[in-house]
Amino acid sequence: MSRLVVRQLDAFYGDFQALFGISLEVAEGETVAIIGANGSGKSTFLKAVAGALPVARTAVELDGVAVGGRPAHELVDRGVTLVPEGRRIFPSLTVEENLRVGAYRGRSGRWTLDRVYTLFPRLAERKRQPGTNLSGGEQQMLAIGRGLMANPQLLLIDEISLGLAPVVIKQLYDVLATVTAEGITTVLVEQDMSQVLRIARRVFCFRQGIVSLSGRPGELSRGEIAAAYFGT
Amino acid sequence: MGWLDTVVQGLLLGGLYALFATGLSLIFGVMRIVNLAHGDFSILAAFLAVMLVDALALHWLLALAVVVPLMALLGYLLQRLVLNRLLGRGILPPILVTFGLSIIIQNALLEAFSADSRRVNPGGIDTASLALGGGLAVGWFSLITLLVAILVLIGLQLFIGRTRRGRAFRATADDQATAALMGIDDRGLYALAMALSLGIVAIAGIFLGVRTTFAFGSGPDRLLFAFEAVIIGGLGSLWGTLVGGAILGVAQTVGAKLSPGWGILTGHLVFLGVLLVRPQGLFARQRRRD
Repeated sequence: MSRLVVRQLDAFYGDFQALFGISLEVAEGETVAIIGANGSGKSTFLKAVAGALPVARTAVELDGVAVGGRPAHELVDRGVTLVPEGRRIFPSLTVEENLRVGAYRGRSGRWTLDRVYTLFPRLAERKRQPGTNLSGGEQQMLAIGRGLMANPQLLLIDEISLGLAPVVIKQLYDVLATVTAEGITTVLVEQDMSQVLRIARRVFCFRQGIVSLSGRPGELSRGEIAAAYFGT
Repeated sequence: MGWLDTVVQGLLLGGLYALFATGLSLIFGVMRIVNLAHGDFSILAAFLAVMLVDALALHWLLALAVVVPLMALLGYLLQRLVLNRLLGRGILPPILVTFGLSIIIQNALLEAFSADSRRVNPGGIDTASLALGGGLAVGWFSLITLLVAILVLIGLQLFIGRTRRGRAFRATADDQATAALMGIDDRGLYALAMALSLGIVAIAGIFLGVRTTFAFGSGPDRLLFAFEAVIIGGLGSLWGTLVGGAILGVAQTVGAKLSPGWGILTGHLVFLGVLLVRPQGLFARQRRRD
């Protein structure tokens, strides 16, 4: 069964249209990647699914229920969590408080403070420090941990790799692989394909607000991906 | 009156100013809007207290216990029914709407209570004083006012620092869009903040009304002093608000001692001085943004 069904999704910023009739499905427990250049609509897509942008009700379906345009807090209750681009750690909150805010709605599930600390021991060591005192990689751990604290059934992660060193990106993806292995449905948005294709079962390439290519990573050639990515 | 006495009176007056300023600071901190009717709401609360005290012969503390929740409810409804509709439309609409509210409240008070100055019957507390020795004496009422201000600030700090909703307040103040992604419904949170703000300013208004006389148009002065206390103390700092109120209070009493007409002016000058030297305020919380 599909956890997420997106049908003919259009999204706008004021008069500017960012997405044009996007349709895709993500099966329960599946990990998919959305790749594409800057401005191709990847982040907009995640925001639309997470309720941060107004979209048509029927455009987004979650476990068979049309939820397009519902407010973000209602979608969090339904198990949708977005880990936003650029981490967006709350500077006034400590590491632990950032994690607790992730659990604000109190959805029950397997993710607790202890489990997040087991997943990312670095966070446990620095839990009393302001969240923004952490390094970029640690802040990304915190952002992912904060997202998990909401006990999502659909986890949306925007650009894990943004501004991080390759070795850190690899570590983060190693940890993420153990999370997705537990069966949490995950949509990963990336510009940098080196790691994401390792753990994604399917990949969608966005270009100028449409899906320009989709398929299984192993079945797509570099040339095909490059063509879909850059439009050459 | 010696200088020491003057300074002590000013410090105690600061407690009252802090009570006025706290709600204003809270609302600005969480929502980034300025409630220009803040002072008028305090005067509204004072009139409600006068009504209860005079009509039902209640003690003013009992009137306070009735009026504060009423004003908090009013704040909740104001946010839910009016101010939440203005979200996301820039900074101007909330300013215009609260400015309009300020005028509406003043005129409604004029209509209902006439232009006469009123006072909440203090029941004797206003003249009772505590001798500190050395010829120094402080009024019990001023002391209680400062104590209440400190208790309110402690309560607010515990709420903001320790509770789930307090964390949500801080997260929303940092970054509303991301807080919404965590499932924090900003509209509900703002209504709670406005309820707290008007509840606290109702305490301030009633303490003002017990301390001195007031009339329908006393609100804007209170708003100005509250602003000054917040700016001197530094935006976003609760205890800074108390220090800001104390500095403003001392400036006013010292100025008034130099010459009876200089009190308010001296307060404004000190405020301008702080604005020139340290525009972010004395205890501004340093925010790092990336």
